[in-house]
Amino acid sequence: MNMLASIPGAMDAVISGTTLAQASAPAPMAASQLAHYLFVSAALFAIGLIGFLTRRNLIIMFLCTELMFQAAGVALIAFSRFHLNMTGQTFVIFILTVAAAEAAMALALVVLLFRRRESLNAEEFSEMKG
Amino acid sequence: MGFMMTLSTILATLASPIAALAQSEPVHAAQQEAGHAAAKMEAIAAPGVGPLWLLLIPVLPLVGFVLSALCAAFKVKSKLPAWLTVLCLGASFAVTLAMYLQISSGQIANPSVATGFEWIRVSWGLGDAHSIVANFGLYIDSLTCLWMLFVTGLATLIGLYASEYMAGDVGAGYCRFFAAFNLFVFSMSCLVMGDNLLLLYLGWEGVGLCSYLLIGYFYKKPSAVEAGKKAFIVNRIGDLGLALGLMLTAVHFGSIEYSVIFAKAQPYLTALSEGRLGDIPAVVQLIPVLLMIGAFGKSAQLPLYVWLPDAMEGPTPVSALIHAATMVTAGVYLIARTYPLFLLSETALPIVAWTGALTALLAATIGMAQFDIKRIMAYSTVSQLGYMFAGLGVLTSGGAAFHVFTHAFFKAMLFLSCGAVMHGFAGQLDLRKLSGVGSMPGWRVVGIAMLVGCLNLAGFPVITSGYWSKDMILGEAFANPHMVAIGWILLLTAGLTAYYTFRVYFRVFVGPKYFEPGDEVHGHGGGDHGSHGADAHGADAHGHKAHDEHGHEGHGHDAHAHFHPHAPGWAINTVLAILAIAAFAVIGLRFVGGHEGWVSGLIEHSSANYAGHAMYAAAASHAGAGGDEHAHATFFGYDAHTAMMYVSGVVGFIGIAVAFVLHFVGRTTAAKSRADALLPLVGPLAKWAQGKWYVDELYNAIIRVPLLVLAHLFHLIDKAIVDGIVDLFGWVPKFTGSSLRPSQSGVLHGYALSMAGGLAVLVLIVVMVMK
Repeated sequence: MNMLASIPGAMDAVISGTTLAQASAPAPMAASQLAHYLFVSAALFAIGLIGFLTRRNLIIMFLCTELMFQAAGVALIAFSRFHLNMTGQTFVIFILTVAAAEAAMALALVVLLFRRRESLNAEEFSEMKG
Repeated sequence: MGFMMTLSTILATLASPIAALAQSEPVHAAQQEAGHAAAKMEAIAAPGVGPLWLLLIPVLPLVGFVLSALCAAFKVKSKLPAWLTVLCLGASFAVTLAMYLQISSGQIANPSVATGFEWIRVSWGLGDAHSIVANFGLYIDSLTCLWMLFVTGLATLIGLYASEYMAGDVGAGYCRFFAAFNLFVFSMSCLVMGDNLLLLYLGWEGVGLCSYLLIGYFYKKPSAVEAGKKAFIVNRIGDLGLALGLMLTAVHFGSIEYSVIFAKAQPYLTALSEGRLGDIPAVVQLIPVLLMIGAFGKSAQLPLYVWLPDAMEGPTPVSALIHAATMVTAGVYLIARTYPLFLLSETALPIVAWTGALTALLAATIGMAQFDIKRIMAYSTVSQLGYMFAGLGVLTSGGAAFHVFTHAFFKAMLFLSCGAVMHGFAGQLDLRKLSGVGSMPGWRVVGIAMLVGCLNLAGFPVITSGYWSKDMILGEAFANPHMVAIGWILLLTAGLTAYYTFRVYFRVFVGPKYFEPGDEVHGHGGGDHGSHGADAHGADAHGHKAHDEHGHEGHGHDAHAHFHPHAPGWAINTVLAILAIAAFAVIGLRFVGGHEGWVSGLIEHSSANYAGHAMYAAAASHAGAGGDEHAHATFFGYDAHTAMMYVSGVVGFIGIAVAFVLHFVGRTTAAKSRADALLPLVGPLAKWAQGKWYVDELYNAIIRVPLLVLAHLFHLIDKAIVDGIVDLFGWVPKFTGSSLRPSQSGVLHGYALSMAGGLAVLVLIVVMVMK
């Protein structure tokens, strides 16, 4: 880790083919700073997970999954900045796009499910019981 | 070129008996004979090219088959298929006659091959040495001519007979009958005319199929279906032998074409005539034994004869054509055609002779005790086929062929006469329930035809053709020092034959007039076997209207006052008359064309010629030298042939006389005769003979029962082990599924919790490992 940090842009040159060294490279980030971001990310994820497990409302549960998504996004951004590697940011853009599409579909499903049972309680829907 | 060569060889062959006659020194006769045989075998080996119009002989019946099938497709409700059949078969007979005339006048080489098209070619390399070829080609020699003459001739006549006999079935059944009838003649001509063993095999299976189809013609009757199956299955056993023989021929000789086989067998034949038996490989000696099994199956010889009596379930014209005159002689034909191969084996021909003789005796004893006249005729067919095999076995292929020829006429006539009775009396075939039929109005032709047939079958001296053909076989058997025992068996059989034949005649056709109609009228099984009724199949229904004024005298008692026998019409009478005349006319063939008759002359110029077997040097030199009476066994000091003319005549006469005394003299009712008084004297023998010596039961016990037990055993193994394994493979996933099913609760949070738990475990592992 230290080795990668000590040679800025080296990994990027290998992975992306462009060299950050040519651009004006930002200052490297300290490991303690990274920990803060990761803590936020972990907290977001934990909140989302707990919410998903405890709440019964489909929309809330859906929003909780979004929270977990964003937690992953924050972690990626943080690592990206820490390693000065653009791949993490690319992935976050990707996640946002997928999340947008997924949100549209999931909400549509929720609407359909609501029409079926007149309820948003997740426990109403257990037809796949083996 | 080839034609000229062949002609000159034939001339040489014709001249050689004269040369042999001139050679009066008996010591040199064997060498003379060897050269003689070699000359003849060369004549076989070089076939000329036959004209293609000969193909019309098999093709015309095929056309008849297609036309009859079309009649069925267009639902023709008239006698059209019968007339088409008679036309096609008649035309085929005309072509056969033309073929015979051209062969005998030398315009077609004897033998010659007419190739239609290449049928099958199996190659595994380049050149003829690495391929087996079976052309759709015809091998034409005088043996072919002989067989085809009576096959097509009788088929035409019997087709005409059937047009009336089957009239009750006009419609789909009528078309089906004639389609199979034509297909039979086509198959038979492939069998007889094919230039290779595979085409013979095609015909062989084809006639078997047609036989099956026609035995099971009344397929609604269980006994007919059973009989058809029995015939088919028993024939399969024989066919296995034929197939193996064919394959062995292909393996050893590298070809299945007769001309090539005969050419390649020539060195062995030469070795044989020079007495070098050791030069003939065992494989070659095995071929005839295998072919023989096929012949035994098709020609109903021991131990495979059991299907033929049951085959009488078929309509009578079929019994007459297929199961008396033509198909069952296919075995005789096979042996005659491949006679050079049979000569090469030391054991083959003696086996054929013994099988034939024993079959003849066994079938005759069964025939004596039966009451169903059609079955008696069936057993007599088996018995006479035994005669033919014995004839082949004692080296008189000419005599065997002559017996085939005469038997075809008189046995067809006997069957057709029995069929007319059956047709007229609503399926009645029990000789205890019919009497004096021959003197009823409208039945005279049938009565006379029956008498002629019986005289022929019994071998009545001098005036019957059956006497002359039987005599040739008997004489040759006694003339051959190795075969005298067979001669005695055949002589005994001749007496028994005369007895049972005239038992039928004296009981059914003469004597007090009496009849009980068959079970078609009563609608319940009253016959001996209770199974032949359906043959006349509706014929009695129309029988009433046309013949109301006939047959009243025939009524035995008032119980049958409503039933009127249905006297045969013009078609049946014409055919019977023609056959009766033909049965006498063929006597003439004994005295024209060569010293042993026309048939022997034909046989001598075909592959069935037998000269040259060192083992039978005595018999061979006798036959080849023509009328020269040295070096063969005698019958109590007299020449066997001359003695047999008297002895067999006397034996036949005694048989007829016994039947006359027992079944005609003093008989006042149909059911009883003086023979009944003699029954206690023979003890259980009569009952056993009536039970057909329980051969069917024996086969059931030693073949069918073990097979059934084995089948049940295998069924159990199949159920328990094979099915068990398959079921196990089905059961494992089913069990796994049902035990895992409760884990799917259907509650969303359950899944979420398990995912979270899984994640926790994963994280825990990562954390632990990273440390």
